[in-house]
Amino acid sequence: MLDAFFQYELLRNTFYTGLLVGLIAPLLGAFIVVRRQSMIADGLSHVTLAGLAFGLFMQKKYTLLMFAPFHTGILFSIIGALIIENLRDVYKAFQEIAIPIILSVGVGLSIVFIALADGINTDIYTYLFGSIAAISSSDLRLIIFISLLVIIFIFVCYKDLFALSFDSEFAIVSGVKSKTLNFVFILMTALVISASIRIVGVLLVSALMTLPVATGMRIAKSFKQTIFYSIIYGEIAVIVGLITGYYFEIPPGGTIVITSALLLGLTLLFNKLKAVRSLKKDDGYAA
Amino acid sequence: MSDPIVTVQNVYHRYDQQTVLENINFNIEEGAFVGLVGPNGSGKTTLIKLMLGIEKLQRGNITAFGQPIQKFKNKGRISYVSQKANSFSRGFPATVKEVVSMGVIHNQRRFLPDQKKDQGLVKSALQKVNMEEYINRNIGDLSGGQQQRVFIARAIANNPKLLILDEPTVGVDSQNVEQFYDLLSKLNQELGITLVLVSHDIGAITTYVTDLLCLNRSIHYHGNPNEFESLTDEQRSILYGHQINTITHNH
Ligand SMILES: Nc1ncnc2c1ncn2[C@@H]1O[C@H](COP(=O)(O)OP(=O)(O)O)[C@@H](O)[C@H]1O
Ligand SMILES: [Mg+2]
Repeated sequence: MLDAFFQYELLRNTFYTGLLVGLIAPLLGAFIVVRRQSMIADGLSHVTLAGLAFGLFMQKKYTLLMFAPFHTGILFSIIGALIIENLRDVYKAFQEIAIPIILSVGVGLSIVFIALADGINTDIYTYLFGSIAAISSSDLRLIIFISLLVIIFIFVCYKDLFALSFDSEFAIVSGVKSKTLNFVFILMTALVISASIRIVGVLLVSALMTLPVATGMRIAKSFKQTIFYSIIYGEIAVIVGLITGYYFEIPPGGTIVITSALLLGLTLLFNKLKAVRSLKKDDGYAA
Repeated sequence: MSDPIVTVQNVYHRYDQQTVLENINFNIEEGAFVGLVGPNGSGKTTLIKLMLGIEKLQRGNITAFGQPIQKFKNKGRISYVSQKANSFSRGFPATVKEVVSMGVIHNQRRFLPDQKKDQGLVKSALQKVNMEEYINRNIGDLSGGQQQRVFIARAIANNPKLLILDEPTVGVDSQNVEQFYDLLSKLNQELGITLVLVSHDIGAITTYVTDLLCLNRSIHYHGNPNEFESLTDEQRSILYGHQINTITHNH
């Protein structure tokens, strides 16, 4: 069944990208979920869309081919991350407000660039919902680079990041450089989002970062286990989603997220059954 | 007598237009068990955040271990149980071991995986608070009182000289509060950790502390808790800055 994927280079690239994204999105997502920052992913993905649309517009209107949408998307995402950090500083008392601001500006810019680039076309469609066949070898190399960067970052800063996520004040007293770490973290988030969009699309990128984590948290006993299970769930969703998407000609964003949601539902159901069963067991002893 | 480990001189602090601390002066001597009390909003959390260097000092001087707070490198000497610690743990997928391990990250080897020595520190900290059998449990599955013990273990894991606790008994049910204060006394007397205990419940802590500080924007009383207890209700209410109920303490 996987034959088709490995026959064509572009499909193969997509598959590899999927595997990488299935790893780094839940890896960062685990921290995003426990820090209650899921909305940041949504905000940044819409800014990335503006970047993609901007690249498309430059290419179409001015045939400036150096503005590859993938690259302008990354650029916008990073700028969005910088602005969010800045706004959070300005609005100390209500930091959540940074997200709706950045999200709406992202959507606004997207609409403008899409219209200027002559309206909705297939490119925009793939940005929104993800796509199977769109990844060149040079894009794949960039995604591999991003993945390595993220994995090294988490590996090196794991303890500090974990402490900061759990109790920022204690972490600061312990000498964690919270400002720097928060800054690098949001930059990494921006990179992961712009890489993941290739596969799942703008609308569902935050789902890939959070759904597997929501599932992993249900069965994990520790934070390390949460990360581990989240990645397993993320990979299952990506692999199943890409293959079914390919065979049924559905954008993979939809199939990946539906798979994720099914995994979550099954896990919750399984937990319920387990709880009911252990209750029954207790009754048995009492009788 | 040795030098005080913390000195606070002429400290003022304001947020926007509101002055929350005014002309604060006191020292913390090594080995003391200081009770910092005052009603809600009296500036207790702000004061300890200044002492910890979390909040930037605006006016006055604070020194810790002989160094100005602005230049002070903590290196694990001052530790902290924040007022918020409790709310963070709800639903957070972490084991007791993972939580206490955060207490040893200031060691140089922070970027490497856990080492034997760190694991030893984590275990012995849990023993000191009688929670060693919970080491692999999920923090969210524990009661409020048990969670608070875990946070103490985290705070003492690296053997600090001074431990500051901000309203640690919020969320601990009343039967366990006494046990909790006993634990603090033990840390103070047996391990020699200097303690600052922040509370808005003045009655319960006066029997445990060696120094009492009553704060309500400025310091209204600083001294021996027994002398404070011997005052009339009315005098004490004025010093505390709020009505004191002597008979019941069941918050
Ligand atoms: N970051 C802040 N920004 C503005 N006002 C604050 C801030 N933190 C505390 N305050 C205000 O300062 C006063 C003292 O607060 P706090 O130090 O938390 O008192 P306590 O811990 O004794 O309850 C309160 O009126 C509070 O609303
Ligand atoms: Mg307070």
